[in-house]
Formats: sequence, structure tokens, C-alpha cells
Amino acid sequence: MLTYTPFGYADPFALMRRQMRGPGRIPAAVPAYPAINVWQGTDSAAVTAELPGVAPEDLDISVKNNVLTIAGERKAPDVGEDAGWLRRERAFGRFSRIVQLPFRVDRDRVEARFENGVLQIELHRPEEDKPRRIDIKAA
Amino acid sequence: MSTEMSQTARTPEKTGQSAAEQGETARGAAVFRPLADIREHKDGVTVTVEMPGVGPDDVEIELERRVLTIRGRGRRTAPEGYRRVYAEYEEGDYERTFTVSEDLDAAKVKASMKSGVLTLELPRAKEAKPRQIKVSAA
Repeated sequence: MLTYTPFGYADPFALMRRQMRGPGRIPAAVPAYPAINVWQGTDSAAVTAELPGVAPEDLDISVKNNVLTIAGERKAPDVGEDAGWLRRERAFGRFSRIVQLPFRVDRDRVEARFENGVLQIELHRPEEDKPRRIDIKAA
Repeated sequence: MSTEMSQTARTPEKTGQSAAEQGETARGAAVFRPLADIREHKDGVTVTVEMPGVGPDDVEIELERRVLTIRGRGRRTAPEGYRRVYAEYEEGDYERTFTVSEDLDAAKVKASMKSGVLTLELPRAKEAKPRQIKVSAA
């Protein structure tokens, strides 16, 4: 997978942005779940997702190379036999979402936090993958 | 048993793909209509409302006469030193109003918030049990 080209590393997110809004991207009829926001930092990225009502132990987050997988299950609450539904808008079940990042992720430096139903995953670029500044020696 | 008030029905639903442009608060946040489940059982009514990004201290619940109003202030999750490059959902506040039946006991409403989901227990009032009125002959 292409992570950066010699001339394109200054903005590792350019490829991602192009893929996401470029022509030929057919909008899915059913929006992928969970909905995500992607944030860019210096040599790192953050992915946030809204997962209200999901227990942290039912979340399964994994990272391999430049692919982040957010999977899990939204368990339906226990409803008594005598209960009747007046309104039912929330959905439950298993979900899985794959996010392709513009760089290889340092496996040991992935931090995930889950607060008020919002998941935040911080992913860093490995030290050896960072573009190295080359000094020009004076002749 | 519970119907929705018409004025809030226009507030956009939080589906993740459409940003709210119609409702806005004074602090400039979009207002979403949160998804809700309502169950009725023999002891009362249970309302569950999805408000991701809202903490237990940021919820306001009001039950006045028959009108139940739920408001939630969403917290910004912007990680420090990051800028957003791709967005599928918007952050904002939540508001939804329901008209509930009269026989619910407003003093005994229990609310709990966990992982962005608010659960409201509205028990049925004891006095609300049907009362028979005898008609005396004149």
C-alpha cells in the first residue's frame, strides 16, 4: 500500500482526502456504521466515532499496517415480557468498520479512549517511517 | 401514551450524514433530535435517548404537566493539536420533547446516563388508578 511518495509526504492525508471525495466514489445507500471523523496531527492521526450505549468490553479495536478496524456489538437491553414498544428508533447488533490510514501505524502507540459514548483512537506514525530531514553538506 | 410535539419534529435527526442547519443554540452548536426508544410496562414508561458526547452533568430533564423535555449539551471531542480532515458526523446539542400521559408521577422520575445513553424511568402514579364515581339519584 502506498503510504507516501517522495514528493507527497508533506501531506500524508492528501491521498485519503482524494479517495474519500474523488469522482467515482459511489455514495453508499446505507451509511457505514459507526460514523467516523478523522483528525490530523503532526505525524499522527485520530479517529473518533459515536457509539452510544456500547459497553467498552464489547468493543474490538485492532490495527495492522495502515488499517484500523473498529468492531463490536451493540447489545439490546433486556426488555420484560409485558413491555410494549411505543417508539423504537435505536438499532442493535454487530458492526465492523475498516478505516484505511495514509500511514503505517505504530502498533505500540495506539491509544483508545471511550467517554460518554464517543470513542477516540489516537494513532502514531512509527519513528522509523517519519520523513528524515537531510542536511546538505557544504562543499 | 406519548406523542411527539410538532415543533421539534423538524429538528434534524442525527443520522451521521446530515449536518444540522435548522436548529442552533446561542453558543452556536447545532441541535439534533436524538434517537429514542420508548417502552411501556405495567409500572410506567421507560424512555431511552441516545446522546453521544453528552455527560451525566450536561443533561436537563423537565416534566411540566404533560410535556417531557430532554436537553443535552454535547462536549467537543476535538483532540488537542489536531484538525479535522474528514467528517461523517457533526457534534452538537440535543433536544427532544414528548407529550406523555397524565398518569405519570413527576416526583418519582429516575434518570441515569451511561455511555451517552440516557434512561428515564417514569413510574405510574398510584392515584392515577381508575377511580369510580358513583352517581347518586336525585
